[in-house]
Amino acid sequence: MGILDTLGFSKLKEGLAKTREGLVGTVTRILTGAPKIDEDLLERLEESLIGADVGAGVAGEIMKGLRRRLKDTPPADVSGVLPLLQLEVTSQLAGSGPASADPFALPPARPYVILVVGINGVGKTTTIGKLARRYVAAGNKVLIAAADTFRAAAGEQLEIWAKRAGADIVIQKQGADPAAVAFDAVAAATARKTDVVIIDTAGRLHTRVNLMEELKKIGRVIAKQYPAAPHEVLLVLDASTGQNGLQQAKLFSAASGVTGIVLTKLDGTAKGGIVLAIARDMQLPVRYIGVGEGVDDLQPFSPADFTEALFQA
Amino acid sequence: MFEDLSRKLDGVLKRLRGQGKISEANVAETLREVRRVLLDADVNYKVARQFVDDVLRRAVGQDVLQSITPGQLIIKIIYDELNRLLGTQNVGITFAPMPPTVIMVAGLQGSGKTTFCAKLALHLKGQGRFPLLAAADVHRPAAIDQLEVLGKQVGIPVYAERGAGAVDVARGALEHARQSARDVVIVDTAGRLHVDEDMMREAEAVKTAVQPHEILFVVDAMTGQDAVNTALAFHQRLQYSGAVLTKMDGDARGGAAISLRATVGVPIKFIGTGEKPEALEKFHPDRLASRILGMGDIVTLVEKAQEQFDEEKAVALESKLRKAQFTLEDFMEQLQEVKKMGPLNQVMGMLPGMQRMPENVTVDEKALGRIEAMIRSMTPDERRKPQILNGSRRKRIAAGSGCTVQDLNRLIKQYEQMQRMMKTLSKGGKFGRMARGMRIHP
Repeated sequence: MGILDTLGFSKLKEGLAKTREGLVGTVTRILTGAPKIDEDLLERLEESLIGADVGAGVAGEIMKGLRRRLKDTPPADVSGVLPLLQLEVTSQLAGSGPASADPFALPPARPYVILVVGINGVGKTTTIGKLARRYVAAGNKVLIAAADTFRAAAGEQLEIWAKRAGADIVIQKQGADPAAVAFDAVAAATARKTDVVIIDTAGRLHTRVNLMEELKKIGRVIAKQYPAAPHEVLLVLDASTGQNGLQQAKLFSAASGVTGIVLTKLDGTAKGGIVLAIARDMQLPVRYIGVGEGVDDLQPFSPADFTEALFQA
Repeated sequence: MFEDLSRKLDGVLKRLRGQGKISEANVAETLREVRRVLLDADVNYKVARQFVDDVLRRAVGQDVLQSITPGQLIIKIIYDELNRLLGTQNVGITFAPMPPTVIMVAGLQGSGKTTFCAKLALHLKGQGRFPLLAAADVHRPAAIDQLEVLGKQVGIPVYAERGAGAVDVARGALEHARQSARDVVIVDTAGRLHVDEDMMREAEAVKTAVQPHEILFVVDAMTGQDAVNTALAFHQRLQYSGAVLTKMDGDARGGAAISLRATVGVPIKFIGTGEKPEALEKFHPDRLASRILGMGDIVTLVEKAQEQFDEEKAVALESKLRKAQFTLEDFMEQLQEVKKMGPLNQVMGMLPGMQRMPENVTVDEKALGRIEAMIRSMTPDERRKPQILNGSRRKRIAAGSGCTVQDLNRLIKQYEQMQRMMKTLSKGGKFGRMARGMRIHP
C-alpha cells in the first residue's frame, strides 16, 4: 500500500472493517462461501455493489462487464472473480482520473483559490480545516474565507479550525453577503501575498434555486476581480449519501463548475459507492477522502485503493 | 421521476391488460421495476427484496376489479404495503406524566441534530410548553454557540456549561429545568459514528444519567444503503423511541425511512423541511409512500376510479367511442366525470398514456370551464350535430357563454380532430383498449 499506509490508509480499512456483520454482505464473504461461479453468485455480487450505494444502474453495468470478462478469460475457480470485478470497478472510475503523485502539491497560480461547496452537514468546514492544515504544514500562507454567513456559529466553528491549522481568516457578521466575504478574502490574499485562499460556503440543498444563484454570484464576484479564480471548486459529499449524490454533483456543477469531489466520513461503515456513478456520468475526479475528525484525517483519493476497500470488510 | 416510472410501468402494464387474475408470472416484471424504483430511492437492497416478496405473496390470486388493470391493482397493493410498513399514522412525542419530559437527540454527524433541536423546541413552545435546550454537544467546534444562537432565534433558553462533559451538561440541564419550571428538556448530543466506541459509550452514559422519556434518532433523507447499519447500531446502544427524517425539502426520495422502519421498527415522528426554525412537520406515512414510489397519484386515481365511475355509463361510452359516435354531449358528460375526481391537471397526469401526450397539451381548469359554458349554451340539437353550427348560431353561443367566436371555433375544430383521431384509433382498436383500462378518455 506504500504511501497510503503512511498516510493512514490503514485507517480507512479499519473503518470499513467495522461493517456490521449480517447486513451488508461483503464480496469476499460471498466469494469464499460460493462453491462455483453461477447466476446465484453473480446476483449476490450485484447486490453487494448496490449495498455499497453504487446504484442499481451502475451495478448492472459493472456486472455486464464482469460477465464479459468471465466469458473472455474464464477464471479457474471462484477466487479468480474478485480481481476481474475490481478491474471492472476501476474502469468505471476511469473518469475520476489517475491520482496525481501528490494531490496536495499546489499549481503555480498565486493566490490559488479553492471554493468549497456542498449540501448541509457533509463536512465542508471540517474539510477546510484539514485542507488548510495540509497547506500550512507544507509552508504555505493560507487564508480562509468564512462565506457561510447563514448557519448559526459557522464562523466561530471555522475560526477554531483556522487557529488549529495556523491559517488566517476573513470573517464577517452573520447575515453578511457571502459574495462580499469571498471578494474581500481574495482581495486581502492578493495584497498580503497569500498562497492559498479557501472559501467556505453555507451548506445548501441543491434544489434551492435562490441559494444556488447565490453560489453563482460568489463565483462571478471572485472572477471579476481575479479571472482565473476559483482554480478549484470542491464538492464535499458524505460517504453515506445514496443515489441523490449524483443529483447533487449535477446541480452543484451547473451552479459553480465543480472540479473535484471530497468524499467525507469514510471512517464509518458507508462506502461512498455513489462516486462511481458520478465519475462515470460527469468525469469528476475524487480528490480527497475524509477518514476521521482529526486534523490529519484528510487523505488523497486513489481509485485502486478505493475499489479494494469497497470489497473489504 | 413520476413520468419516468409511469413510462416504465406503462409498457409492462400493457402486457398485463386483459388478465383477469394476478398471477406470479404476470407481475414478475412489474415487481422487478418496483424493486428498481425502491433501490433508486435508497431503500436497502435486502429490505427491498423482502418487500417485493411480501407484495407478491399478497397480490397473487387477487381478483382484478373490472375498472382497473392488474398492474394498477398491484401498484395499489404496493402502496398500501409501503404505507403499512411506514406506520400508517403519525405518532407524536411521549410526554412524562411528571415533568420535565427529557428528550435526547442523537445521530451521525451532519444529520441535522442541532437544527432539529431548535425546531422541536419551537414546535413544543407553540403547543404551550416550556422547553429548555441542553447543549451537550461538547465535541464539535462552536456547536454550543450554534445552539445558543438558534435558542435566541426561537426564544428558548439554552443550558450550557463550557468545558464540562456531555453527561454533566445533560444532568445540569435537567436540574436547571426543575428549578426554573421548564417542562421539557431537549438534549442535543454530538454527532457520532456508530463505530466510534468511545462516543457511543458517551451517548449511553448520557442516557443513563438523565433517563430520557424519548430518544430521537436523526437521519438525513439523503442517506443510502448504510442507513440500516447506523439505525441498527444506534438502536442497539440507545433503544431510541422514534426517528426524525431531515433535509426532506431536497429531492431525495427518502428510502432510508423504509430501511429504518423495516430494521428497527420505531415510528418516524417528524420530518425537517428547511433551514428555518418553523420548517418541521409531523411525519405522514402516506405522503412518504407516494414520494418513494413517485406515483401515489395512480393510487389515488385507482381509488377514485373505483368510487366515482359509473360502470354502465362507461360501457355505453366505450361503444360510442368505438363507433366514433362521440358527441359534444358525451364530451361534457366526460368532463363532469373527470371533474368529480379532483383538480384537472392532476387527473390528466394520472392517466396512463397521458405522459405520452405532447408537452403543449396543458390542462387549464378555466379553459375547461369555458368549454363547458360553450357546450351548455348550445341547443341539444347543436350538441349532437355540431355541423349545423352556422355563423349566427356561433355568434349566439359565443355571446351566451361569454366567449368569443374564435374560442368556439377552436373548440369545434378540436372536437372534429378528436373524432377523426377516434375513427383511426378505433380501427386499430388501440383507443378502445385504453378506454377499457381506465374508463376515461382524454
